[in-house]
Amino acid sequence: MAPLEDALPPTPPSESSITPKIFQHLVSLAALELTEQESEYLRRELNQQLQVIRDLESIDLATDLPITSHGVPYSAETRPELRHDRAEPSDKADAILEQAPEVEERFIVVPDIPHTELE
Amino acid sequence: MSAEISELPAHEIVTRLKAGGLTAEAVLEATLERIEAVEGETASLGGDPGDGRGVHAYVSLTVERARAQAQAVDRALEAGDDPGILAGVPTAIKDIFCVSGTASTAGSKILANFVAPYTATPVARLEMAGAITIGKANLDEFTYGSSNESSAFLPTPRNPWSSERVPGGSSGGSAAAVAAGEAALSLGTDTSGSIRQPAAFCGVVGMKPTYGRVSRYGLIAFASSLDCPGPVARNVKDAGLMLQAMAGADPFDATAAKIPVEDYLDQIEGGVRGMRIGLSPDFSRLRYPDPETGELREQALQPEIEKELMKSAERLAGLGAEIVEAVELPNARYGIPAYFVISRVEAASNLHRYDGVKYGYRSEREPEDLFDLYRKSRGEGFGPQPKLRMLMGMYVSGEQYEKRYYERALRVRTLIRGDFERAFEKVDAVLAPTTPTTAFEMGSIFGDSVAMQYADLLTVPANHAGIPAISVPTGMDNLGLPIGMQLMGPDFSENKLLQMAHSLEQPLDSRPTLVKELIGE
Repeated sequence: MAPLEDALPPTPPSESSITPKIFQHLVSLAALELTEQESEYLRRELNQQLQVIRDLESIDLATDLPITSHGVPYSAETRPELRHDRAEPSDKADAILEQAPEVEERFIVVPDIPHTELE
Repeated sequence: MSAEISELPAHEIVTRLKAGGLTAEAVLEATLERIEAVEGETASLGGDPGDGRGVHAYVSLTVERARAQAQAVDRALEAGDDPGILAGVPTAIKDIFCVSGTASTAGSKILANFVAPYTATPVARLEMAGAITIGKANLDEFTYGSSNESSAFLPTPRNPWSSERVPGGSSGGSAAAVAAGEAALSLGTDTSGSIRQPAAFCGVVGMKPTYGRVSRYGLIAFASSLDCPGPVARNVKDAGLMLQAMAGADPFDATAAKIPVEDYLDQIEGGVRGMRIGLSPDFSRLRYPDPETGELREQALQPEIEKELMKSAERLAGLGAEIVEAVELPNARYGIPAYFVISRVEAASNLHRYDGVKYGYRSEREPEDLFDLYRKSRGEGFGPQPKLRMLMGMYVSGEQYEKRYYERALRVRTLIRGDFERAFEKVDAVLAPTTPTTAFEMGSIFGDSVAMQYADLLTVPANHAGIPAISVPTGMDNLGLPIGMQLMGPDFSENKLLQMAHSLEQPLDSRPTLVKELIGE
């Protein structure tokens, strides 16, 4: 798969939009097969959303303004301790395997995995 | 008689059960009777859109599970044991939670055949407290919407106050079920307003707790830094009771805070005397896209909602609260653009697990190879709303654009959080409308992903900030549609918020219009 930088222009022009070429690249990254009609709708909506997202660019952000990855700060007192990384028995293996679309002798069946034979 | 039982508040069900005048089985049967009378055509994958003759709140009912639970509660009561603080309360679970042995669909074709092998922590805690799991409530596909119209299970829920209106979303089935007497409580989730907005549209109470107050274990993830499970109820006391049963640390969720859980009912009738409640012009001057041109411009609130806000402030002032005007929250207006970025990046990451291999839908067409199986299964299994979120998530987090979009959005979130931190130095809570309009018509904006997202304009700031917020019904517009007001408070201030909300709520005194029609009143 082509890396993202091959499909996306390095500096988007100010009124840049998601072109059909960029869109196709996003579709392949998202691992989706789409109909033409779906693609048309999705690309149009993405571009409309981008117009709104660009409102963020009007904000003058201080260079040292940190990011917030989630709203509530976690201190040592509030953060739960992580569980020890050790295996514990579970009785759910059968129930989990039952959910797989295709199983053979407790192995999940998949089609050919793309690969390269090493010399 | 049974109609009245299906409309009893949860706390009254518990009291009457424990007093011996009522059994959990009788409450369950009355609720099933109500469901039979008002639910209408059962929703099914790709089903018929329906003719409006039904509330259509549920994706599936779990009657056997409910009967077994009700019998267990009655047996415990007979034996003199305490079955818990939610003994016998019929509860609908938004179908975004895994409940062991039940279809757990997320309203999507891709999970339509998925039977959860385990139970989500909030559901397990409700059941431990004696709640009766009556069914799985419909929702927008993977919670992606504000009208409940995007579910793959049709007919989608209707607003119990008007069959032509949406119930809101994404917890639309939850709010509709509670409003229509099809459950006394419902467990919802709020990522940008998905509990509060449908609660406001349907005339019920909806609470988004502080991020980390209720465990997310077993919640099918959308935006992991924003998702909050929380109560939908017919009154504030019931919401407090439900939160009591669910809140607290969980070894299976590293973001569930270990802050002790208070007694939420202890102070609930304590009133608002001496409390400082803020009003913010930034929640009345709204900036959203012009319906004609798509340009972002400042527009006014629906006048009846503005009026209701003033009435609510006067009511609280009359009860002794100090109303502080002009609380500044200037960055709240960037809530939706920032959400368009942050939630999409998280959704794209969370949705990559659906691959047609381990569980869920697998395309029946012959794939060329494994990658083709992914593309086909995901292409056929996901509806347009999840696809839109994944594609935008890929775009705004791409290496070239990350700084311009994703990182910027996370820094804007710092500004939004900072606004609230400063506000809470002056006030105990901020009062604002929950929604810019009352329930809109079915089909009126469905498909317009920008207009739909802006339905969350007033609710999403609390999600960015992580703070708790509660929406309560306060009145009706001139079309007879409910209006909701929300109170937002500092981190882990649920106790005080419930106390204020109890003073603010004005339970709507009649049955919802559609329910009256359907039960032949």
